[in-house]
Amino acid sequence: MNLIFGISMVSIIVFAVLLIFTFSFFGWNVVKVKNNISMGKPLDRSDRKKERLKTMLLVAFGQKKMFQNILPAVLHFFIYAAFVITSTELLEIIVDGLTGSHRFFADSLGFFYVIVISTIELLSVLAFIATIVFLARRNLLKVPRFQMDEMTGWPKLDGNIILYLEILLIVCIFTMNGTDEVLLNRGLSHAHIEGTSFGFAVSSFLGPLIFGGMETDTLVVLERIGWWGHLIMVFGFLNYLPYSKHFHILLAFPNTYFSNLNQKGQFNNLSNVKKEVENMFDPNFDPYVAPPEGEAIAEPERFGAKDVQDLTWKSLMDAYTCTECGRCSSACPANQTGKKLSPRKIMMDTRDRMVEVGDNRRIKGKDYDDGKSLLGDYITQEEVWACTSCNACVQECPVNIDPLSIIVDLRRYLVMEESKVPGELATMLTNIENNGAPWQFSPADRANWINEE
Amino acid sequence: MSNSISVPTVAQMMANGETPEILFWVGCSGSFDDRAKKITKAIVKLLNKCEVKFAVLGQEESCTGDPAKRAGNEFTFMMQAMQNIQVLDGYQIKKIVTACPHCFNTLKNEYPELGGNYDVIHHTQLLNALIREGRLKIEGGSFKGKKITFHDPCYLGRANEEYEAPRELLQKLDAELVEMKRSKSKGLCCGAGGAQMFKEAEKGDKEVNVERTEDALEVKPNYIATGCPFCNTMMTDGVKFFEKENETAVLDVAEMIANASDL
Ligand code: SF4
Ligand code: SF4
Repeated sequence: MNLIFGISMVSIIVFAVLLIFTFSFFGWNVVKVKNNISMGKPLDRSDRKKERLKTMLLVAFGQKKMFQNILPAVLHFFIYAAFVITSTELLEIIVDGLTGSHRFFADSLGFFYVIVISTIELLSVLAFIATIVFLARRNLLKVPRFQMDEMTGWPKLDGNIILYLEILLIVCIFTMNGTDEVLLNRGLSHAHIEGTSFGFAVSSFLGPLIFGGMETDTLVVLERIGWWGHLIMVFGFLNYLPYSKHFHILLAFPNTYFSNLNQKGQFNNLSNVKKEVENMFDPNFDPYVAPPEGEAIAEPERFGAKDVQDLTWKSLMDAYTCTECGRCSSACPANQTGKKLSPRKIMMDTRDRMVEVGDNRRIKGKDYDDGKSLLGDYITQEEVWACTSCNACVQECPVNIDPLSIIVDLRRYLVMEESKVPGELATMLTNIENNGAPWQFSPADRANWINEE
Repeated sequence: MSNSISVPTVAQMMANGETPEILFWVGCSGSFDDRAKKITKAIVKLLNKCEVKFAVLGQEESCTGDPAKRAGNEFTFMMQAMQNIQVLDGYQIKKIVTACPHCFNTLKNEYPELGGNYDVIHHTQLLNALIREGRLKIEGGSFKGKKITFHDPCYLGRANEEYEAPRELLQKLDAELVEMKRSKSKGLCCGAGGAQMFKEAEKGDKEVNVERTEDALEVKPNYIATGCPFCNTMMTDGVKFFEKENETAVLDVAEMIANASDL
């Protein structure tokens, strides 16, 4: 009795430590992510709340944009649903772990408990199938969008790791439920319920089938391995998220809520440029007037974006939300015709650079400059100029990411700050400035067509 | 076939104490590009036929600034925008029709924040409205039974979610309207947008317009219909690339409607 008590005390302590560690580490990462996103420039997305909520429910919760391609959408939905439903079980894990109880809710919830666990089991089976298909699709079928240049090394591993973890998790769940079922059959489960079967949809059959012939001692050990394995997987997964493309399962919600609700063709007007141009048009404006006494002369703001701090916070949130699915790049006309540009890579570069700058700031101080920048060290000019601004990437993204706005901000920096613009575009711009047309025609000839044959 | 067209400028109209029902924003392409000028004329003929009291700005029109904005030059864009807004507001313009989705998008979406508020429509939307009002009647004419495929301009389609207006018009031609494998929100760009029209493409293994023309030729159309002067150029070049000029013609929706009406 004392030994068992001792063991359960130890396991409660181990569990408590694990729990505290999991949530503090996750909390620390959340703060880090929040700080990184806040490095971005302000942008007001607090309007049209109803429409935003609706967008979020449709796109993130209902996965509306995924369902344009039915098979991957359904498979992805199985994994997503299994994840969401399995998370509710976390509550029982925590209660059991901290009190040493076993299936705390089994007794009080009764039949409802059977329904919940059965749903988890059924979804787990579906998720298991989906995971196998996804692994095959990623590694055997060579779907083009998973084979592009940016999908080597860590991104590729990241995509696979999660699928392996998913399989492990499901194996643990069925080991736990299956062995417990057999133990209950033998009247030896620690669960406080009447009867000799839990009646769960899958494990009440699968359990006896796989574990029925095993010794009770083995079952007890396997059951514990299943329980601990399953919870370690969930805790591990939670802390893996912030380092992975799988962070989208959380960020998809705020990211779609804060979507751009304007027409996709509408580019924002730079307010600092607007002010300057308005002054030029204002006959009463005197550029030599000194600012009023006491008002500090603000350092002029940079036009466009050279580094991640010049992007809006929404672009940075976009980068954290990117699932690296590549739907954008496979729809991109530039990418399809062999140009270097890949909108997915734009998002991945932005994220990598944001994490780098964030870490630098934390470790080496706020003003530390590592001499690198998003434009140049991560994204090349060649990529930036290959975009046709066609919005296909924006249209296709299942979590409403806008790679185009980043590309435009980088162009703005190149043109307005560095005058680095392809020669023909420089000519085009001069023509507009001088003749009011992108070609070299005189404005006086603009109406000539009327009288031409 | 009547060749005489009547194109008053707003200034002339105002001088006569009249105000236009709608301003026709011709655009740089429509004013200067030889191919696009034909589209402009087709629209004018249709407007004349329907007795729409329209006017153009003539020499007072200037680039909307779209290519400058897409190329990243906000200064040039805003200089153009504010200058145009001064002219438009000077004439108290309320309603504008354009034949170019780029002008359309810029005037409609990007001018309001700079103080220019107008009701802006694309010519395919105007033609539809004229049909609905009973002012324009179309019969299939030479297009009867022909196969037509419509290429969605990015700045009309995805950028402004207008997919139906051009299709509704084409359906009136008694022709067979076939969709390419990628169309509407999935339509592929012709390769001209984002100021690409004015520069060589970056290094790659194919031109975008060739890729897109392939989509179009796949359905073996007699006509590729467009709603944008730049798409028109790109698709025409694409058809030439495949040496299919004899089988497939590239026309703007407005040209087809004008042809069908014997204009
Ligand atoms: S907007 Fe630019 S990056 Fe996005 S799909 Fe079109 S060409 Fe590619
Ligand atoms: S930006 Fe969107 S479409 Fe592109 S890879 Fe990321 S999640 Fe997928």
